[in-house]
Amino acid sequence: MKCPPFDYHAPRSQAEALALLARHGEEGKILAGGQSLVPTMAFRLARPASLIDINRIAELDTCRAEANRLRIGALARHARFERPVVPGPTGALLARAAEHIAHAPIRTRGTFCGSLAHADPASEWCCIALALGAEMRVLREGGERLVPAADWFQAVFTTALGPDELLAEASLPILGPDWRCGFAEFNRRAGDFALAMAVTALRLDVAGHVAEARIALGGVAGTPVLAREAAASLLGAPPTPDRLRAAAALAAEGFEPTEDAQVPADYRRDLVRAMTRRALEGSLAA
Amino acid sequence: MNWTGRRLPRTEDPALLRGEGAFTADLAAGARAVRFLRSPYAAGRILSISAPDLPHGALLVTGADLEGVGPIRPELFRFNYRAISQPVLPRERVHFVGQPMAAVVAATPEEAEDIAEAVLLEIEPEDPVVTIDDALRPGALTLHPEAPGNLVVDGVIRHPGCEAAFARADCIVELTLRSGRQNATPMEARAGLAAYDRATGRIRLTASCQMPHMLRTGIATLLGMAEADLQVVAPDVGGGFGQKMALFPEYPLLVWLARRHRGSFCWVEDRNENLIASAHSREQRHHLRAAFAADGTLLGLEADILANTGAFSCYPTTCGVEPLMALAEYPGPYRLPTYAARARALATNTCPAAPYRGVSRPVVTFGLERLMDRAAAALGMDPVALRRRNLVTDFPHVTPTGLTLDQASYVEALDRAVAAADLPAFRARQEAARREGRYLGLGLAVFNERTGYGTPAFAARGMGIVPGYEVVDIAMTPAGEVEVRIGASPHGQGLRTTLAQLAADRLGLEPSQIRVIHGDTDRTPYGWGSFASRGAVIAGGATQLAADKLAARLRRAAARLLQAEPEAIALRDGAAWAGEASIPLTEVARRVHQRSEQLSDLDGFNLAETAQYDPGGTFSNACHIAEVEVDAETGHVRVHRFLVVEDAGRLLNPLIADGQVHGGVAQGIANALLEEVLYAADGNPLTGSLADYLPPSAAEIPPIEIIHLETESPETLTGAKGLGEGGAIGAPAAIANAISDALSPFGVDIAELPATPARIRALIRNAR
Ligand SMILES: Cc1cc2nc3c(=O)[nH]c(=O)nc-3n(C[C@H](O)[C@H](O)[C@H](O)COP(=O)(O)OP(=O)(O)OC[C@H]3O[C@@H](n4cnc5c(N)ncnc54)[C@H](O)[C@@H]3O)c2cc1C
Repeated sequence: MKCPPFDYHAPRSQAEALALLARHGEEGKILAGGQSLVPTMAFRLARPASLIDINRIAELDTCRAEANRLRIGALARHARFERPVVPGPTGALLARAAEHIAHAPIRTRGTFCGSLAHADPASEWCCIALALGAEMRVLREGGERLVPAADWFQAVFTTALGPDELLAEASLPILGPDWRCGFAEFNRRAGDFALAMAVTALRLDVAGHVAEARIALGGVAGTPVLAREAAASLLGAPPTPDRLRAAAALAAEGFEPTEDAQVPADYRRDLVRAMTRRALEGSLAA
Repeated sequence: MNWTGRRLPRTEDPALLRGEGAFTADLAAGARAVRFLRSPYAAGRILSISAPDLPHGALLVTGADLEGVGPIRPELFRFNYRAISQPVLPRERVHFVGQPMAAVVAATPEEAEDIAEAVLLEIEPEDPVVTIDDALRPGALTLHPEAPGNLVVDGVIRHPGCEAAFARADCIVELTLRSGRQNATPMEARAGLAAYDRATGRIRLTASCQMPHMLRTGIATLLGMAEADLQVVAPDVGGGFGQKMALFPEYPLLVWLARRHRGSFCWVEDRNENLIASAHSREQRHHLRAAFAADGTLLGLEADILANTGAFSCYPTTCGVEPLMALAEYPGPYRLPTYAARARALATNTCPAAPYRGVSRPVVTFGLERLMDRAAAALGMDPVALRRRNLVTDFPHVTPTGLTLDQASYVEALDRAVAAADLPAFRARQEAARREGRYLGLGLAVFNERTGYGTPAFAARGMGIVPGYEVVDIAMTPAGEVEVRIGASPHGQGLRTTLAQLAADRLGLEPSQIRVIHGDTDRTPYGWGSFASRGAVIAGGATQLAADKLAARLRRAAARLLQAEPEAIALRDGAAWAGEASIPLTEVARRVHQRSEQLSDLDGFNLAETAQYDPGGTFSNACHIAEVEVDAETGHVRVHRFLVVEDAGRLLNPLIADGQVHGGVAQGIANALLEEVLYAADGNPLTGSLADYLPPSAAEIPPIEIIHLETESPETLTGAKGLGEGGAIGAPAAIANAISDALSPFGVDIAELPATPARIRALIRNAR
């Protein structure tokens, strides 16, 4: 469990990092918090020839509200979100989820953008990014593009990010007080990756009817998935307990679960039903 | 006087807490790194092992290099044991994924791992035997020609009255239970450092082990070297729990390297290796039938015990240790008139099994205590009353397997626990919770724990190497401090503290004046180690005997100096007293050593004594009660409360006793809910990291309440009984009973551990 050999670069600026990425291409890898990359290298499942450590690039260490979006730079650590970074449902949801990410020491190193780039199917940030409609600002030497969350997650540990690209920033909408966000996840031990999670966001109109609904599931398939049917079933009516329960049942049937020795498919569906209902109920209880 | 019995903080702890402990890996500076190449196949024929060009200074060692090195082949002369052999490095076949096949040596662990990756292994795979059912299947691969049908142990006990008891029973309860495979997961994995001493030609092996003297004997035998040329040192050891008792192939190989290449070689096991290739335990299946009279009296028990003991037999206990302990100890603390049982060890292409805290008793207690709850339900009786009716109350009591139960408090422990748990209040809470769709449950487990047994118990098993006694050398320095050299080798049990307390009381000194020296074959007498809940009883008893002999010498010398009779001398407060007159022990010690012309006619020129202790054994006992909440939607179990009423006789240090219970219970809860080694059908381990094999974190363990009873044992010198394993023995059964109680509205019955959320959900789903 020792890393294979690699070269190490510690650029001081974004431009320098992009130049290194351009030079190393497939062979180079960004090192952010290192909390996924380093263990993967120790297991020798990843063997990048060059590491490009972005931790000294001050311009990436940002997290700010701007034009109704929360802009999260590549060096914003998980721990930063343990207390709401913005008032309202968005900040509260991030804080709710942050405590479920690993353990305190890992949260002081691991980064929000690193989670999105790594795209573990059970990442809380990935699930939230999909639920709220995050947007990724991706840089490459001489270029920049914006990728919506819906196009970002492609497969297990696979995103739209190219080998020479840096995820410089992710942004989330700052939701208003008419939104109700919920979060629930299940794991066997505190701090473990979830076996299933649900992130829900409902906008209620003045009559108390659901005007918009988004439900994302994490840890249950190769990427986070939207439970569209379940979300749609809630529209246009008050979110009564029966309707929430019915939506949760729809969510449990509406995806292709991953299976393994410890988690059979029907169990995964049980968990999705329970987590979706709990996330929805929790969001309305407050 | 009376240091014994106090909650003295452990003298071991400050250095560990400051990070100043010295573990094997901390001592490796300057040594070359060893990496083991491990078999990627569960079963197969080795065609070739070849290395690309090795960098300068690197080495590749394979079985072909080990001409003359013997296999590990422990013996058992009973129970149809078939002696099977484990090569240090195999030449022909591999037997489990993770088996060491070759060793690479390089300057650093990183380099060694790089080289190991490039070694080409050509193996022709065979169809492996992975599960108990695989091993039993006719026509299955035979792992060892010496053990046809993969049967390594087959022990049978059958009382003639058993069938009659079942014929006249009013109620027969039948149960098949399964215990998942576990890894003891010590915080420090295995590690070894073998260093050649050019001046003397001796080798010093520093190893994270529990039995340094046995390791030395075992390695010297395999390598055909003089035992006197090998020193084995156990420095700070980060937990063992039984996993570090065995003679593993890695250690003789390190010593072989040090001898052959006249240098220092270090191997520090990584977590993946530890999880797949150290030692596993507890993979068992029991089929039980119990006969009861209508009034709840237990009439007879039948047990068919199958243990998957992996690819090889662990040295020195052999793979009989699990099934045969179950065979001998199934009757537990209950009066059992007749008993019939068969216990088999099956070899499979999986990591070998070795003892782990409690060995088979967590599984046995799970079986017995589920039976009690099931019988109570079948008979419409209160489970507490049913247990009370059957618990042994008259001591000594001889069990149907010939074990003698000494004075204990089986019924009192149960009653104290039930009172402390406040059952009526719990039942009210349970009722109220059920109305809200929440499922609370309470489970109890009563058990006894055979501890502190010496050679007679091991000899009765027919072991080729019979451990059991302990020897203690004690000496007072000319300056008056006392050195206690013990053959046992503690690694977290706090013996440095408790033995100092015992010796201090016998000698009228303070514990800080006593140094306990252990874990070094050059500096301690031959002895066995710390395992089987024996340290306080056996090393403690020997220490007490040795201290008494030293005290007698001090009294004789002091009597001469004070002009009194030896019988009139009392040792206290660091002095020898004859009435009002006294002389400091430092002065007595100085005179014995340095003014021997005054005293040597009494006992010679020193203050050194030795003592040996080899008791027959004693049974501690306990009652555990768990209160759990089961989330019926997810199958998750939360332990709200855990109560232990423990009777380990006289407590030498209650603080350390509590710690032992806490640690054991935590491992027991993990056994019940979290930890399981899993293999794919092809014999590939699925739980090779701590993301898949799940030891508990603090968040999963509730506060543990402990009530101590102190039934002193007439069978031990110190009055103490062992308790190191008890926590791990009772907790799984208590949790399983609590979950079954919680889910009684669904008719769910836990017969498989760990009771994972997925399994619990499947039970609920199928029950509906
Ligand atoms: C014991 C343990 C438990 C954990 N539990 C959880 C959990 O419950 N939930 C959870 O979500 N995570 C969990 N994690 C993972 C943790 O959150 C990681 O921090 C996170 O997945 C990756 O972030 P990082 O900054 O550490 O990235 P790194 O490990 O540095 O990098 C991960 C990958 O992303 C790439 N990368 C990182 N940043 C960028 C960037 N800005 N642009 C382009 N590529 C980039 C790297 O090249 C690499 O391929 C756990 C980790 C451990 C060790």
